[in-house]
Amino acid sequence: MGSGADKVSRVALYGILIFLGLLFVLPIYVMGVNSLKPLDEIRGGNLMALPMEWTLEPWATAWSTAQIGVQPTGLKPYFLNSFLLVVPAVLISTAIGAINGYILTQFKMRGANIVFAMLLFSVFIPFQIVLIPMARTLGMLGLAGTVSGLVFVNVVYGIGFTTLFFRNYYAAFPGELVRSARMDGAGFFRLFWRILLPNSAPIVVVTIIWQFTNIWNEFLFGASFSDYKSFPLTVALNNLVNSSTGVKEYNVHFAGAFIAAIPTLVVYVLSGKYFVRGLMAGSVKG
Amino acid sequence: MRTGILPKLLLAPSVLLVVACVYGYIAFTIYLSFTTSTLMPNLEWLGTDNYTRLFDLENWKVSLRNLWVFAGLFIGGSMALGLILAVMVDQRIRAEGAFRSIFLYPMALSFIVTGTAWKWLMDPGIGLEHSLREMGWESFTFGWVKSGEMAIYCVVIAAVWQTVGFVMALFLAGLRGVDAEVVSAARVDGANTWQIYWRVIFPQLGPAVVSAFVILAHMAIKSYDLVIALTNGGPGRSTWLPSVFMYQYTFTRNEMAVGAASATLMLAGIAIVVLPYLVSEYRNVARHG
Repeated sequence: MGSGADKVSRVALYGILIFLGLLFVLPIYVMGVNSLKPLDEIRGGNLMALPMEWTLEPWATAWSTAQIGVQPTGLKPYFLNSFLLVVPAVLISTAIGAINGYILTQFKMRGANIVFAMLLFSVFIPFQIVLIPMARTLGMLGLAGTVSGLVFVNVVYGIGFTTLFFRNYYAAFPGELVRSARMDGAGFFRLFWRILLPNSAPIVVVTIIWQFTNIWNEFLFGASFSDYKSFPLTVALNNLVNSSTGVKEYNVHFAGAFIAAIPTLVVYVLSGKYFVRGLMAGSVKG
Repeated sequence: MRTGILPKLLLAPSVLLVVACVYGYIAFTIYLSFTTSTLMPNLEWLGTDNYTRLFDLENWKVSLRNLWVFAGLFIGGSMALGLILAVMVDQRIRAEGAFRSIFLYPMALSFIVTGTAWKWLMDPGIGLEHSLREMGWESFTFGWVKSGEMAIYCVVIAAVWQTVGFVMALFLAGLRGVDAEVVSAARVDGANTWQIYWRVIFPQLGPAVVSAFVILAHMAIKSYDLVIALTNGGPGRSTWLPSVFMYQYTFTRNEMAVGAASATLMLAGIAIVVLPYLVSEYRNVARHG
């Protein structure tokens, strides 16, 4: 029964939404189309236009021959570094978070509240406050400039988040299930493995996606604690774009940025629902 | 069930790591800010001289001034635009999921990626200025990123673009939690949509506004990656933030104690924003179980 005025405001609403939607897509669209153009088309042409001559050359260059610092290695080895960093860091921090959340909710312990408060505040700290001593520690452990060192750092500063995720999830876990399993004599590991974990799929997915996105996109630790061999992809990309020697190959920069974006974009497209849930859980941390 | 030794034993490594690598390191960095450390940390006590020096440094003044501008516009802009987006998406629109996904996807990307995209998009030589002139708008000018006075606003634009979808999602959750009966009662009383939003719905968004503010404020203080990718602190030092200052003084200018002092102040800023929020949230949780 929409009146005329209603219809007009509906059309206006969709008009504004579509306009804003296009504005939001613009940067990634620009990245996409210009990564498929020869360089002269960017210099002489319009950044918003589709390529006149389509080419995959910039992608090939960004991937395997672009100069990252001093070496013409492309982003390939750094893409690999990021994977070697992300996979163990995500799995270890998620596993630790699950165990911690289980312990903090299912067992009464003195000081549990203090532990919780300390973890809670730790997720907010600016990492600048730990850079100097962490650099010393990594040096002493012989992990300076290695991917393993970055795994260690990202696990340490990921524990707060993962523990909070699992703690909040397990705090709402049905008590009867746990009690009856205990009546049946289930011990510590059995209870966790057979009762809690099989019912944890959503929070496991949320935590893994959250950690994956955060660590894949992480820059400060990478820039502080790695060297030419162990740079994560974000640091390599920044080197590619901001090292000011020679001609600026914009198309290669766009291709490189796209390469760095693909893994988290894929995760977002496939499981945006869980990503949003993680964001929400990460923002209302009580 | 009795708490045996096993749970404590398994929790202990995490607790030790956090006590050492978060709180121990914080204590160490704060201590360093009172020492004579330069290239390497040393423990020789100096007193508050580093802070005196810090407050006198033009680089720090610029960083702090930029932080106020950036934080104010980033927080205000994200909240205002986030609320507008949330209200629009909440109008029982078609393809709601698609719109939400589009507004939120930047949050999944690295600031280095989006900083690169925005860097060239806003570059007058090849970006918007160049493109719109190519399309026939000869007089169009947009060279903020190259201007010492305006570049910080480019950082704001990119940061708002990246984060506003998240604020939208927070507010949308708040809007969906509004008591429907109160809204229909107001409608029966003859309130129009505008009045309902301003008088009934927005006042109930208080908790979402507080959460959004705290998260945006702490993000603003920590902002680093985006500045590095977008302007690298430039032109000159015109887009330095405290995070950039800290990195520069600690790792490239061999003034570690001054760098530690700046990190300490960043932590203090975050504590001021976050601690009252955490304490009140935690009280609520403790009260309501």
